[in-house]
Amino acid sequence: MDKLLNDFSPGLFVVQTILLLLLIFMMVKFAWKPILNSLNEREEGIQGALDAAEKAKREMENLQADNQKLLQEARLEREAMLKEAREMKAQMITEAETQAQEQANKIIVQAQLAIENEKKSAMAELKNHVANLSIEIAEKVVRQELSNKDKQLALVESMLAETKLN
Amino acid sequence: MKIFQQHFKSLVIVCVLFFSTASFANSSSEGEGQIDTKKEVEDYILHHIQDSHDFSLFSYTSEEGERKHVGFPLPVILWTSNGLTSFMSSEFHHNDDGHVVVEKNGLKFAKIHSKIYELDATASVISFDEEQHAKNAHKVLDFSITKSVVGVLLIGLLMFFWFSRLARQYKKKAIPTGFSRVLEPLVLYVRDEIARPNIGDKHYRKFTGYLLTVFFFIWILNLLGLTPFGFNVTGQLAVTACLAIFTLVIYTASGNKDYWMHMLWMPDAPWWIRPVLAIIELAGAFIIKPFSLLVRLFANISAGHIVVMSLIAIMFTLKQSLGVVGATALSFVLSFFITLIEVLVAFLQAYIFTMLSALFIGMAVAEHGHDHAHDEKGHEIPDAEDVRGDFI
Repeated sequence: MDKLLNDFSPGLFVVQTILLLLLIFMMVKFAWKPILNSLNEREEGIQGALDAAEKAKREMENLQADNQKLLQEARLEREAMLKEAREMKAQMITEAETQAQEQANKIIVQAQLAIENEKKSAMAELKNHVANLSIEIAEKVVRQELSNKDKQLALVESMLAETKLN
Repeated sequence: MKIFQQHFKSLVIVCVLFFSTASFANSSSEGEGQIDTKKEVEDYILHHIQDSHDFSLFSYTSEEGERKHVGFPLPVILWTSNGLTSFMSSEFHHNDDGHVVVEKNGLKFAKIHSKIYELDATASVISFDEEQHAKNAHKVLDFSITKSVVGVLLIGLLMFFWFSRLARQYKKKAIPTGFSRVLEPLVLYVRDEIARPNIGDKHYRKFTGYLLTVFFFIWILNLLGLTPFGFNVTGQLAVTACLAIFTLVIYTASGNKDYWMHMLWMPDAPWWIRPVLAIIELAGAFIIKPFSLLVRLFANISAGHIVVMSLIAIMFTLKQSLGVVGATALSFVLSFFITLIEVLVAFLQAYIFTMLSALFIGMAVAEHGHDHAHDEKGHEIPDAEDVRGDFI
């Protein structure tokens, strides 16, 4: 202890105190203050950037969720539209079918009618034609018959007989 | 590349300085020759542990049998009975036992074991009593630029150069380059691992400057002590005492009402025990805490120096029993590993000093406004803050 006290140098203590005070003052003013300020600024900057990134990420997620929702909605809508279209198509087809059927039936009926009419007119014409033909034939036959007097008489006789019968 | 060139330049300057002053090779006629015996080793180590008035790099014996010393002389500045006196330490001619008397300013001075004595007016030669104390001389207040002061100045300038460069780099870029990149994490370490957790987020900023200065000051000086230049700055009681007193002044000056309240009139204690606690607390704050700080650093670093030098001395002391090669090898291996440990201790002591300073400051500025939790019997359940306080 005595030796330790003997080794203690008051002069060195004073010099060291002055130098340390000076050193602390200089270091704080020219080194630590700017360093700590810069470090703080940098850390705040990093924190800010991280926060911003986090925010952007969250926004992105929100956007994505929105997009997803929109997509989902669009898909549903599309499906509904498709379904509707399909139904419409089926409906239209059936409608068209019935319409066509009706039309066809109508046409068939008309055709039948026309055919009937044609047939009738054809029959009439045929009858006329046959009548004319038979008249011509009859005329020719008659003319031939009448060339012979006897025969004319016989014919008249028969005709008269027939008429009487009627 | 530019930085490298700069460093190279400064290295050259340092080398030139060293070689130019090597001419201060001085011869002394005294018998401070080679060191062989245990007694001489002991004396040498004790001499080294002390501060020194000149910066000696090495000494050797020339062919003529003269002892040559290579190094710098340093200025001696004394506050004597005649006022301030200064001269170069070379005037003592490396004498350390009071035989060389220097006359300056009408006074006579002699150096005994690295202490400078002023001789009484009538005396011309120092005389000793049986215990080897000077009878006719007294110590003077010695403001000399001793080897320790040179170390402090050197490290102060180095720190200022390094860290102001780091500070300047931040102006231009967010991330420092080169050596400053090494310094930045150290600064962050002190701030985030020492200052902030011990002082608390609210107040730490104010004290970080001091803690950073002290941390790097002690650490670099401890490391400097491991170099062959033989500095032993942090092993000087005056230096560690100064550091401890700075911490004491800071935590005493920044103590808040709670701190003084807890020290002088402990709340939650029976009234009759409070004065006793106050005495203990006062002793703790003003004597034990700074004393533990100053002794811990001083003792660790001095012990480290003594151990390393003793192990190196094995080379001489065990030469007889182990032979030259054996003693050298043993000394080399042991001192190598102890030096490795000393590198760790250099950091550890800087860390502990700074840590404890931060802790003491933290206790002084801590706010005890928080309500203590109570258990069902109404006793307080101490929280982590209190437990920490109890252990210091």
